[in-house]
Amino acid sequence: MNEKAILELKDLDVSFRTNAGVIHAIRGVNLDLQKGETVAIVGESGSGKSVTMKAVTGLLDENATVNRGQIHYRLAENGKEEIVDLLKLPKKELRRRINGRHIAMVFQDPMTSLDPTMPVGKQIMESMLLYGGRSREEAKARALELMNLVGISDAEHRMKYYPHQFSGGMRQRVVIAIALSGDPDILICDEPTTALDVTIQAKILELIKDIQKRMGLSVIYITHDLGVVAKVADYVNVMYAGKIVEVGNVNEIFYDPRHPYTWGLLTAMPDMDTDDDRLYSIPGSPPNLLHEPKGDAFAPRNAFALAIDEKAEPPLFKISDTHYAATWLLHPDAPKIEMPPELQARLERERKEAAKYLA
Amino acid sequence: MREPLLKVENLKQYFPVSRGRVFKAVNGVSFEIYPGETYGLVGESGSGKTTIGRSVIRLYTPTEGSVHFNGQEIAGPLDHAARTMLRANMQMIFQDPMSSLNPRKRVGDIIGEGLDIHHRASDRAQRAEMVAEMLEKVGLSSAHAERYPHQFSGGQRQRVGIARALILNPKLVIADECISALDVSIQAQVVNLMKDIQAQTHCAYLFIAHDLSMVKYISDRIGVLHRGYLVETGTTEEIFDHPVHPYTKSLLSAVPCPNPEVEKRRTSVSYDPREEGIDYALGTLHALEGQHAVLATEEELRRWTGA
Repeated sequence: MNEKAILELKDLDVSFRTNAGVIHAIRGVNLDLQKGETVAIVGESGSGKSVTMKAVTGLLDENATVNRGQIHYRLAENGKEEIVDLLKLPKKELRRRINGRHIAMVFQDPMTSLDPTMPVGKQIMESMLLYGGRSREEAKARALELMNLVGISDAEHRMKYYPHQFSGGMRQRVVIAIALSGDPDILICDEPTTALDVTIQAKILELIKDIQKRMGLSVIYITHDLGVVAKVADYVNVMYAGKIVEVGNVNEIFYDPRHPYTWGLLTAMPDMDTDDDRLYSIPGSPPNLLHEPKGDAFAPRNAFALAIDEKAEPPLFKISDTHYAATWLLHPDAPKIEMPPELQARLERERKEAAKYLA
Repeated sequence: MREPLLKVENLKQYFPVSRGRVFKAVNGVSFEIYPGETYGLVGESGSGKTTIGRSVIRLYTPTEGSVHFNGQEIAGPLDHAARTMLRANMQMIFQDPMSSLNPRKRVGDIIGEGLDIHHRASDRAQRAEMVAEMLEKVGLSSAHAERYPHQFSGGQRQRVGIARALILNPKLVIADECISALDVSIQAQVVNLMKDIQAQTHCAYLFIAHDLSMVKYISDRIGVLHRGYLVETGTTEEIFDHPVHPYTKSLLSAVPCPNPEVEKRRTSVSYDPREEGIDYALGTLHALEGQHAVLATEEELRRWTGA
């Protein structure tokens, strides 16, 4: 683990036992998170992005088996630093020492992650009273501070409100305040804005960014919205069928994507300047992981698939020190295949627009 | 001048909350939809966009105002003939395909139900043939008629929802957030399908959504809703290239774009009508150039247009 890394997933492999058979949901995932950085995991539903993070927080369902892999976390406690493997930690210890105090999570739907029968102030104070070793007064003062931090005005009064008295955006602010109450160093946001309106979405993302800067947090975003990724991420991991198929810093992924799946995702997103008659779409749907895919899992949906894609799974090819993609198109012997022209035109336009800011 | 297919005038929809209190979900909204076009309705949750769709198709009884559809007034009490005409010519696609499809019915029967009610098929063979044809049209295969909804993926289920809405060849389809629950890669498939079907059948869409980039892509004209008021309406170009109302501007500024260098530097414009001193009830719809119109008082209009 390098000096600055705070979390490192190594070859994580998870499967689920179901009535229908074994679902191989995560097939060898590697992921790094450096201190103070924001990493995004992008993918469709069923690609395994949420399961990966559930493994980190020990929230995997009963029927899950971790086949192999390690999750190294740099645990800083009482002025000492040690590296622990979160998968080896007993569940009880994970709950007591790590969850909330070191790694906190913001869930998608604030209505289901808050207790409807408890005033929000009490919910924010709850974990502080249980684990924080604070007195009631201290916890209350801290809760007020947190509510101000997440932009809830008139906090003293609103502490007594129940979740249903808040709007969706305000509720999500409460959830963020709860996540921050244990002073974590990693914040995992699982689709934090999917249930919210666009105008509020932008506000919440700006809020998380602001808090991250102030508290020096490292943040992991799980999302399927590339617009969100562009706004917040430093590094991007594109996930497909339980594997990371492309990883790079945000500019590499958005201005120089190499994997056909990333091409598809970018092209399928209508931007404000799309004037074409037809929207590009990725044909078919994601594979059912009940059946182990043979070769490249994306091949059946890939217009650029090569013959080898059906036989062997592509390894991660290196493009730059930070940019890797798992596609045979990058093999030196592969035929030269360009990305679709509409994407090329769009990237050209975007690079030009971006150049205005970089100059 | 073409005749509008649907003409909504001063539509109001109130809901009683408790004794003596009503919630005004829709406050005097007017718009028109012409045959074969797509009208996009955008706004945040609680803006009344879904309510408008449901009032127009008469899942609610409008409190006030008129809804003129296919040459007939449908806002008031409906007699049997008017109801049959409405149900056959206006259909709806719902947001969540899982909760809007009966899990205990075969897909063929879900799609064929409209045919049974309106006696469109003379015998079982013809019904099966029409269902099969419809399934092919939405990109499924005729063998799928025997399956149950849970045997489909999300995108396929929404295709079933579309097939059910289109089997009677309606003139207007209300699509209420019909792609919001789908994955990005599947959204594009469904939107393309809707466009293809429109090209074949010339049906009109009322496309209700909060995703502006999708609305921009599919709509000919757009209406922007906020707190039950239609604050701005116009062609897609007019709304996106020359927004006038501050709410529209704030909505546009919040749309994320897949361009990190631009996106990271942008902050969204916030908007609160109370802070800006705007009372929607005082404004009237002012026509600007072309089909563009904005809800404003005389003074606000001067301020926003800089004239």
